Amino acid sequence: MAEITSLQNAIRAHVHDGDTVAMEGFTHLIPFAAGHEVIRQRRKDLTLIRMTPDVIYDQLIGAGCAKKLIFSWGGNPGVGSLHRLRDAVERDWPKPLEIQEHGHGDLSNAYVAGAANLPFAVLRAYAGSELPKHNLNIRFIQCPFTGESLAAVPAIRPDVTIIHAQKADRKGNVLLWGILGVQKEAVLSAKRAIVTVEEIVDELNAPPNACVLPSWTLAAVCCVPGGARPSYAHGYYDRDNRFYQAWDNISRDRKTFLKWTKRHILETEDFAAFQAVLRETGKEQLV
Amino acid sequence: MSAANYTTTEMMTIAASRLLKNGAVCFVGIGLPSTAANLARLTHAPDIVLIYESGPIGAKPEVLPLSIGDGDLAERADTVVSTPEIFRYWLQGGRVDVGFLGAAQIDRFANINTTVIGDYKKPVTRLPGAGGAPEIASCAKEVVLVLKQSARAFVKKLDFLTSVGHLDGGDARKKLGLPGKGPVAVVTDLCLMQPDPVTRELTVTQLHPDVSREQVQKATGWEIRFASSVQQTPAPTEVELSILRDLLHRTAVAHGQAPAA
Repeated sequence: MAEITSLQNAIRAHVHDGDTVAMEGFTHLIPFAAGHEVIRQRRKDLTLIRMTPDVIYDQLIGAGCAKKLIFSWGGNPGVGSLHRLRDAVERDWPKPLEIQEHGHGDLSNAYVAGAANLPFAVLRAYAGSELPKHNLNIRFIQCPFTGESLAAVPAIRPDVTIIHAQKADRKGNVLLWGILGVQKEAVLSAKRAIVTVEEIVDELNAPPNACVLPSWTLAAVCCVPGGARPSYAHGYYDRDNRFYQAWDNISRDRKTFLKWTKRHILETEDFAAFQAVLRETGKEQLV
Repeated sequence: MSAANYTTTEMMTIAASRLLKNGAVCFVGIGLPSTAANLARLTHAPDIVLIYESGPIGAKPEVLPLSIGDGDLAERADTVVSTPEIFRYWLQGGRVDVGFLGAAQIDRFANINTTVIGDYKKPVTRLPGAGGAPEIASCAKEVVLVLKQSARAFVKKLDFLTSVGHLDGGDARKKLGLPGKGPVAVVTDLCLMQPDPVTRELTVTQLHPDVSREQVQKATGWEIRFASSVQQTPAPTEVELSILRDLLHRTAVAHGQAPAA
């Protein structure tokens, strides 16, 4: 059964230095609050996995939490580059970042294999591509029935997966909807899973076939309203596109990034305090 | 209509949209491909099925998405499935007619680089990476590429081959045993290129209005070939232009990039 607890407690108990951590959310329901808490608790040497490392991973990488990144597309959606990711890859700042890159179909299959407790995933791709030359975790196998050559990638088995969802009930059963990405597979492939939710309710009232993660598949459930901001939570709030655009300037320069991170994340107590500071600094930018 | 009435980017988007047939199932990348695909849906192809890799199938967004997983895509889709399902059942399952992609670099055989500029281990510029393109380039029945033409983007040799086009030309792609035919067209702000039926080398088959062969050559990093008979792309119609501009304006207002008029 999931423990219903604070985000601080959940990160302290379940995310350790050196862990392999997956934070998923395909532009929707991105667990920003949890990512900030990992930075706040100064976790280090993490191997981060995420199909679309966007602003939250840019923050974690720039803050020095990561030693390795496993990913398939690293950009600021609709805006451009992730400057902290690029600085780490191109100039080893704040430390060298080992990268292992895949395609989306490949990485999503690798989560499915992890959830299914299989050693690898199989797919039809990469013939002719140079990615397998640089990523030895993409290999080719022969189908035992037809002889067809197919790509194989090892299953993903994170130490801990963190996602954000809309609702939990008081037992810690979680309901999410809208664009679901690989969240369910990421949770079921992990040794431990933390879910932050918009609200905790008496009844989920989930229709049959809805995406429900039973409490007993989760380690912790934390109520963090707005915890996916500046991404969005379908039915609760929209994506803050202006923040994604502002991030381009904040993250471009090391000093500006460090100052922003200190004021907004390291010197705030929790995500509610972060949001309050962000409202203040947002006003300053307008002046 | 005179050349002054539209931009080269508008010509590119409209020329790309015309390639999409009504009823086609189209796997759409974000940016220019998404703009062109939605323009097709709003003009000559109302029954086109748009699939985005985040999960929406039959997406009918009111405004263009800023990210590949905007809520509007889910709200107006026929259904929304998980990302593994999109890639396993719908793309690899052989249900996608056209993969519609952009690129940072392409070569004369329409191979794609979206990974790095410079050396892989010590890149000059680290690009976002593959996304879903290696799988789309492998499994979509056909691929259409849309990108602005410049000698920096149309290069003799890719810095990195992320997603395969026609590899070294001829029957090289066929030998790889991939299910899809690969790129059938590259649409730029200057022209339309199609692979030669035998060599598979990109060949200019259409020039956009007021574009010269010299301009195309100047914006290409190899000696570009022209088809024996090069057509002129019909200029945008009033209807195409007004629907495209309305769409872009609605989008800018919705994303807070322009005031509501």
